[in-house]
Amino acid sequence: MIEVENLTKRYGRHTAVDGISFRVHKGEILGFLGPNGAGKTTTMRILTCYLPPTDGTARVAGFDVFAQPLEVKRRVGYTPETPPLYPDMDVGSFLDFCAKIKGVPGKDRKTRIAEVMEKTRIADVRATLIGRLSKGYRQRVGLAQALLHNPDVLILDEPTAGLDPKQIIETRELIKGLGGEHTIVLSTHILPEVSMTCGRVVIINKGRVVAEDTPENLTHRLQGAATVRLEVRGEALDFEKTLAGVSGVKSVRLARPGVYEVDAEAGRDVRAELARAAVGRGLDLLSLQASGMSLEEIFLHLTTTDVAAPAAAPPPETPSPAEEVRS
Amino acid sequence: MTALRNVWALVEKEWRHYFGSPIAYVAICMWTLLFGAFYVLVINRFMMVSMRAGMSEMGGGPKLSLNDWVISGVLHNMAVVALFITPMLTMRLFAEEKRQGTIELLETSPITSMQIIMGKFLGALFLYALMIVAGLLNFALLWHYAATPPEWKPVATGVLALLLVGACFIALGLFVSTLTRNQIVAGTLTFGLLLGLWILGWMDDPSAGAVAQAVAKLGLLTHLESLMKGVIDLKDVVFYLSFITFGLFLAHQSVESQRWRA
Repeated sequence: MIEVENLTKRYGRHTAVDGISFRVHKGEILGFLGPNGAGKTTTMRILTCYLPPTDGTARVAGFDVFAQPLEVKRRVGYTPETPPLYPDMDVGSFLDFCAKIKGVPGKDRKTRIAEVMEKTRIADVRATLIGRLSKGYRQRVGLAQALLHNPDVLILDEPTAGLDPKQIIETRELIKGLGGEHTIVLSTHILPEVSMTCGRVVIINKGRVVAEDTPENLTHRLQGAATVRLEVRGEALDFEKTLAGVSGVKSVRLARPGVYEVDAEAGRDVRAELARAAVGRGLDLLSLQASGMSLEEIFLHLTTTDVAAPAAAPPPETPSPAEEVRS
Repeated sequence: MTALRNVWALVEKEWRHYFGSPIAYVAICMWTLLFGAFYVLVINRFMMVSMRAGMSEMGGGPKLSLNDWVISGVLHNMAVVALFITPMLTMRLFAEEKRQGTIELLETSPITSMQIIMGKFLGALFLYALMIVAGLLNFALLWHYAATPPEWKPVATGVLALLLVGACFIALGLFVSTLTRNQIVAGTLTFGLLLGLWILGWMDDPSAGAVAQAVAKLGLLTHLESLMKGVIDLKDVVFYLSFITFGLFLAHQSVESQRWRA
């Protein structure tokens, strides 16, 4: 549905997007992950024909963004990071205006607007001025606007930015529900969001793709570095050494009194032995938590290590073994 | 067909902004007040002068024409008023879209930049036309009360002239508004440029050199004269239409080029 080939965007001397390539298949939800200034928004703006690329090509639904922008725009719904809304219009007339410029035929307009308002749960504010809406409602009106012409492709730039936790969950559910019917690209720097909503993740940093895989695979690749958090009560001399002595343990850190962080060797589950060791020393075991490397850590890992060695970025199409990613 | 529908959607939207905010009301209010004020002043003077003329040459002297004295005079003044008011109508057209980020909505919708520009231009022009119509109600009284009602033809061409000169102001203001995201900057710059173009006309002095004469031809208000007298001179109409086209062309170039630079 979306084919991006060696896309580059330069602003003067600054290169915002540096030869990225990726593909999004029909009905897929792709997460676009990266720190601020990584080039997420620029890429999305190119895909929506807002900015022309400096080099490379991008095709959306088979149309080139540069050569056939109107065809692309007819098939793309886009919500920028700050939803583009007119504060002095009410929700109903704003959506009516959007439907008109998006070419929704006159006879379908009313039903289409009603459908979209129901989907995004904004029907109750249809007569309210947009300027009076809360952030959550504005975000949803922005999403409603993108859905009006029933586009094949939805491009959402940080759709949950600035929402409260309840709204974030609702928005995620909504986006998940839209997948399948629409092809979705969403950008975010909230990592759990990606593992919850997206089928595939493209991590970009400094305008380059540094990793591309499913969230599970990305987590799996780095599971080797599992950490166990251990909380105990009571006094025991040299308990750290006892822990270090457990087979399979690589290192032990005292996070704060009574809380230890134990790094285990790759593939070893040391939780049972650690529990036994604690109880054996006469301590009360309060909690024991295994944390695989979260997406957050992977993200930090990738986006910080690759700064030093940008050449080490793995080619996007071939999933690389864990060792390579960690290097 | 779709092009027309898109342009019309933009016109509707602009009118919603104009009438959803105080802009339209303030503009119409100021315009009609000044229209009325000039009208009363000119009528008073007209009556005084014609009475004096009537007394000095009992029934003999040439009749003073309402067209020349009243209507043309008021319309001339209103052209200057338009120069002050139109920047108010145009300054937000693009500047506000840019500041609010809604330009991104327009530019990523399946409409062309030219359609956006035409929609905004016509939206402002229609409001201006409405202002003119509101002002014309003053003249309607002349047909009702004057002993010899004015000729309608010079009135029609005069109104056309006022519309054309206002359209030029709007086209220039629209272009300036594409240059910045700050409304005040757009408004002030437009106003300054319009004043400059008005003052150019003052160089129109038969004794001046050829260059000054040529430059004076660029004065936006100098081309009003013959139209106000009821003569449709093709070169004046062509001048105004080309000025409008050029303004819209510049606006289009500006919008497109900003996509490349932004």
